[in-house]
Amino acid sequence: MLKGYLKYFLNKLGWFALTFVFAFLLNFILPRLMPGDPVAAIVSRFAQGMSNTSGVQAIYEQYTELFGTNKPMTEQFFIYLKNVARGDFGFSFSQYPRTVADVIKSSIWWTIALQFPAIIVGWLIGNTLGALAAYLKGGFDKVLMPISLFVSNFPTFGMAVIFMVVFGVNLKWFPTSGGYGFDLIPNFSWNFIQSVIVHYQLPFWSIVVIAIGGQAIGMRSMSIYELNADYVKYSRFMGIKDRKIVGYVFRNAMLPQVTGLALSIGTMVGGALVAEIVFSYPGLGTTLLRAVLGQDYPLISAVTLIITVMALFANFIIEILYGFIDPRIKATQSD
Amino acid sequence: MKHILQQVFRSGKFVTGFSIFMAIILIVVFYPMIITDAPLSIIGQGTFFPPGIYVSVYDSLSSTTYILNLDDATTKRITNKLNDEDRVSIKEWLVAAGIPESEIDTTDTQKLLDQWFTNYDSQKNVPGMTNAKRNYYVRLNTALKSLLSPEAAAVMQVNPLNNELEQIGTINQTDYVNVGEVANIRILPLGTDNFGRDVLTELVSATRVSLQIGFVAGIIATLIGLTLGLLAGYIGGFVDDIITFITNLFIVIPPFVLLILISFSIGQEQRGAFTIAVVIGFTSWVWTARAVRSQVISLRNRDHVNLSKLSGHSIVHIILNDILPYILSYVIMAFILQISSGILAEAGLSILGLGPRTTDVPTLGLMMNWAMIYQAHILGNWWAYMPVLVTIALITFSMNLMNTGMDQIFNPALRD
Repeated sequence: MLKGYLKYFLNKLGWFALTFVFAFLLNFILPRLMPGDPVAAIVSRFAQGMSNTSGVQAIYEQYTELFGTNKPMTEQFFIYLKNVARGDFGFSFSQYPRTVADVIKSSIWWTIALQFPAIIVGWLIGNTLGALAAYLKGGFDKVLMPISLFVSNFPTFGMAVIFMVVFGVNLKWFPTSGGYGFDLIPNFSWNFIQSVIVHYQLPFWSIVVIAIGGQAIGMRSMSIYELNADYVKYSRFMGIKDRKIVGYVFRNAMLPQVTGLALSIGTMVGGALVAEIVFSYPGLGTTLLRAVLGQDYPLISAVTLIITVMALFANFIIEILYGFIDPRIKATQSD
Repeated sequence: MKHILQQVFRSGKFVTGFSIFMAIILIVVFYPMIITDAPLSIIGQGTFFPPGIYVSVYDSLSSTTYILNLDDATTKRITNKLNDEDRVSIKEWLVAAGIPESEIDTTDTQKLLDQWFTNYDSQKNVPGMTNAKRNYYVRLNTALKSLLSPEAAAVMQVNPLNNELEQIGTINQTDYVNVGEVANIRILPLGTDNFGRDVLTELVSATRVSLQIGFVAGIIATLIGLTLGLLAGYIGGFVDDIITFITNLFIVIPPFVLLILISFSIGQEQRGAFTIAVVIGFTSWVWTARAVRSQVISLRNRDHVNLSKLSGHSIVHIILNDILPYILSYVIMAFILQISSGILAEAGLSILGLGPRTTDVPTLGLMMNWAMIYQAHILGNWWAYMPVLVTIALITFSMNLMNTGMDQIFNPALRD
């Protein structure tokens, strides 16, 4: 039995390793196809007011050397690969004296702390509501379904804007932007933590609400499907208690929802990044926006790589858990 | 076919979704025929004019004036001019002058003004009041008095011969013009945006472009997904292995990340609405491919397919006649979802600043982007972003309603 799991685990691991290599390649190549010379853009910013052309030329060459954009593509790739392996993503073009690793280090935890709890909470609440709607039917279902349907089709940034206008601008319950008060310096004081919690609420709930809608709809249809299945009718004839049947039904309905979570994490992350931008939350989404505006390809490439790795990792964890939950996987692997 | 259509149109959800969607399409088609302004022409000098009817002041002056004696005209005029801040200030002064706070009601304009004129004295020294505040009260008093005075306002013009002002007319407080007789009136039902463009005209045009983006992206994604799914599912073997390999690679990479990378690589100048649509199409076929493949695999060994094979039909013939009809309902539903997610993807990209270039056509995402950059949501200029959000929500909601309705017909197990 354990051998079956090991095989499953190794198989998944192999796949994720391969996907990672592919994503890494795409990440390196695509932004470098961009027309225009980003180094020239930086130099023109630094050299403003310099009338000495040979000085500008010297700065240009120095930066080209620094970022390695004068070497052929393959050589750049191996330099990049070597550096990335050491956690060195080079310098950021748009925030020059800072390194990309530094910029990312200061924003990644905000994103992780915001998105993963939001997606998981949304998933849990959504599934509970969906299962209740399928089981209780009637009024609860009639009210919940259209709301979920509407909410799940609403773009995350739209929900973020509405939350911000209602709770931030009009009711003034929560601040409208940033991850903490603009007058504070990050530290472990009570004042700062309180400010972080207050700033957390709006982005968090706008992501949660969107996730709830989609999950509730999925869980409701899966549960209705299972509730009408033959084994349920058979169990009823056998006189098995309703409570016990419901337990089986929701367990079975849950399995596709777990896969659903794994597969929708990619999409959810995209939506959540844009929600961060709406609230100027100091996470990867806002960093990405600044990178795009500053034509900063080392930063864009690093941010997208990190996001991909995070999505891959989350998927991997879910797939491994799934191997333990779903008995059918055990069965197929031991053949 | 006719039977299926009848069934589909009997589903309440589908019909609701279909009606909303058709209404949007009709507006998008007919609005530009009635109002032929260019959607990106800048008409307003300044940002975010609120929705309303704009009447030319200059033309009103030269229109025929009618005298109407209305009792509440003065009160209305003052109510309109006296903002909440002034009312609070008046209350402060009155309280300082010794009127009990319970007798002052800032919402009752008439009573407030009476109290003000009987009690206000510019010579009176209120302890603790700054000079600026004292001057403010003097100004307020003058403004209120001039509003209440029955004197007419004079209309002057510079005489080009001697550069002197000459009075060419007067406007009494009882003068009215008939709006129908004023030459220039512009109705801006949704005001103007940050560039001074008519939001409604822009919105209709943006909806059209966004729908086109959705359709192009949906068609491309569905075609790629369908082709790959059919090939992988029907031919199987090595072809299946390769296609499944590619699908598995793309399925865990967040599509939004790919979109960002590709649109960034294309560069701002090359990014037209059509290019963005193609890029979205090329990054969102994965789901269709996977689902079509698994459905085709379950169909592949059915009797009617085997019979067709034995009869010597070509692969193309079998796929078109024996496989496609069975998965068509699914493909159409997937197509509808692709359209709505394409529209959302464009909006997300535009907010990141990676949408279509901003100079030739508006899209829903770009309108949203402009509204966010100019902080319409913080300034309370709801007309710049709310209609855009409502439009996006209506489009995606109507499409998903159609989808849910169709789903319930084609999967009887899901029926309530």
